Amino acid sequence: MSQYLVLIYGDEATYAAYSPAESDDMLAAHRTFQQIAGAANLGGQALQPTVTATTIRHDANGEVVITDGPFAEAKEALGGYYLLEAPDLDAAIAIAAQVPAPTGGVEVRPIQVFAQP
Amino acid sequence: MTTTAAAAVEQAHRREWAFVLAATVRLVRDFDLAEECVQDAYATALTTWASDGVPARPGAWLTTVARRRGLDLLRRDSTFRRALPQLVVDEPVADTAELALADLDDPAIPDDRLRLISTCCHPALAPQAQVALTLRLVCGVTTAEVARAFLVSESTMAARITRAKKKIAVAAIPYRVPSVRELPQRLDSICAVIHLLFTTGHTAPAGEVLVRADLVDRSLQLARMMHALVPGDPSVAGLLALILLTDARRAARVDDDGNLCTLEHQDRERWDRTAIAEGIALVKHALPHTDRYTLQAAIAAVHDEAPTWADTDWREIIGLYRLLLRESPSPVALLNHAIAVGLAGDPAQALALLDPLGAEPALATYGYLDAARAAFLAELGRTDEAIAAYESALLLTDNAVERAHLSGKLVALTS
Repeated sequence: MSQYLVLIYGDEATYAAYSPAESDDMLAAHRTFQQIAGAANLGGQALQPTVTATTIRHDANGEVVITDGPFAEAKEALGGYYLLEAPDLDAAIAIAAQVPAPTGGVEVRPIQVFAQP
Repeated sequence: MTTTAAAAVEQAHRREWAFVLAATVRLVRDFDLAEECVQDAYATALTTWASDGVPARPGAWLTTVARRRGLDLLRRDSTFRRALPQLVVDEPVADTAELALADLDDPAIPDDRLRLISTCCHPALAPQAQVALTLRLVCGVTTAEVARAFLVSESTMAARITRAKKKIAVAAIPYRVPSVRELPQRLDSICAVIHLLFTTGHTAPAGEVLVRADLVDRSLQLARMMHALVPGDPSVAGLLALILLTDARRAARVDDDGNLCTLEHQDRERWDRTAIAEGIALVKHALPHTDRYTLQAAIAAVHDEAPTWADTDWREIIGLYRLLLRESPSPVALLNHAIAVGLAGDPAQALALLDPLGAEPALATYGYLDAARAAFLAELGRTDEAIAAYESALLLTDNAVERAHLSGKLVALTS
């Protein structure tokens, strides 16, 4: 089995403008997805909007530089994730294709497994 | 004796590489290791066949040797085996290794090749990587040759192939035949790769010769194989027909002095009638379906059936292009439709159709647009504009035979 991180990207402005009913629908869609994914879903969370993000880098001298905002500014921002377990990429795609992402899409990335010490 | 063996190895390389590699990948589940074993097997064949004679079934011989080598390497290094990227999860190596050696006559072997092609043409890989991997793994074309076909440096192509192989291993792209539900999407990709292989070989983008026969032959081989595997699929049948009907004119496309012969001036006696008959039968069978390959094959069939250039049924050809533009519009189809209109006797109308295509980004580096404009401008006596258009067309091809043809046209206009 392999593990995949499913990164959910979308347009934050659209989500911010959701009515309470629309937000409820979105939550319901995710609950439906979680039922579909079953044991393949190892966990997942929604992220707070990118305005709450802080980016930390190190400058040439190794000093910590803290800036306001997400790592990459883009119209479609990272909004949440699921961690999936699947036999192969085709199986992971089949599950990830069910993740609700109405204003964007999802990125599927294999998790790197390091050898045990 | 040695030359017989070398010829047999070469033939086996052309015909059986995909079989042998596919059967070996299934056993060792690692593309790099499998390739190494298959290359070893071909090298062994060169010496063994020279001394012991060519075996009755070269493909089976090579597969046995390659898989034995793979098993040896796996056994020798069990830690290496544990670290192997798992391309398949449903059959552990240790349990099936011995069994796998016994199933060389298994009729499921064609499925192995389909597995191999499907893996190379997985939609999670970039389209260019799909073609490069297919050439490298399914056709056994060297990385240097793939690089030349794509007009990139060998190191660039090596990096691209390595990246694609790494993604297959790390993301666990499965080595399997797509399900019925996935097959249509995958077949599109497979057909596109085979078609691109064919067009790259049909008129080589660069080099001294017009046709890269090896690429054309491999595309024909792949199309035949896909047709054998999914005989009911109309676009696969259409693609095979298109390759047969276009490649049937290969011997007539250059004259004895190596000069380019356009369709108008070709010696139709030199066309391959067997290939034409096979292609036409396929088109007739596929034609109720109007996918792009079948329609293009039907157009090629109309040309192939005309006894002379003057007898070409342009109305039929223009009608088929209109259908093609409706079913699967593309800048190249628009260009070819305009050319057909011009060749049917209306160069002014052809120019009117060609002019807006100058703004098509997809045709910006496609020399045939300028070459077609030049020919129709010349026909209308607009010589200065025709000269300028031929000069633009010349800038866009690195194929020596095409360059000589265009230069000849230019000289004829300026003198």
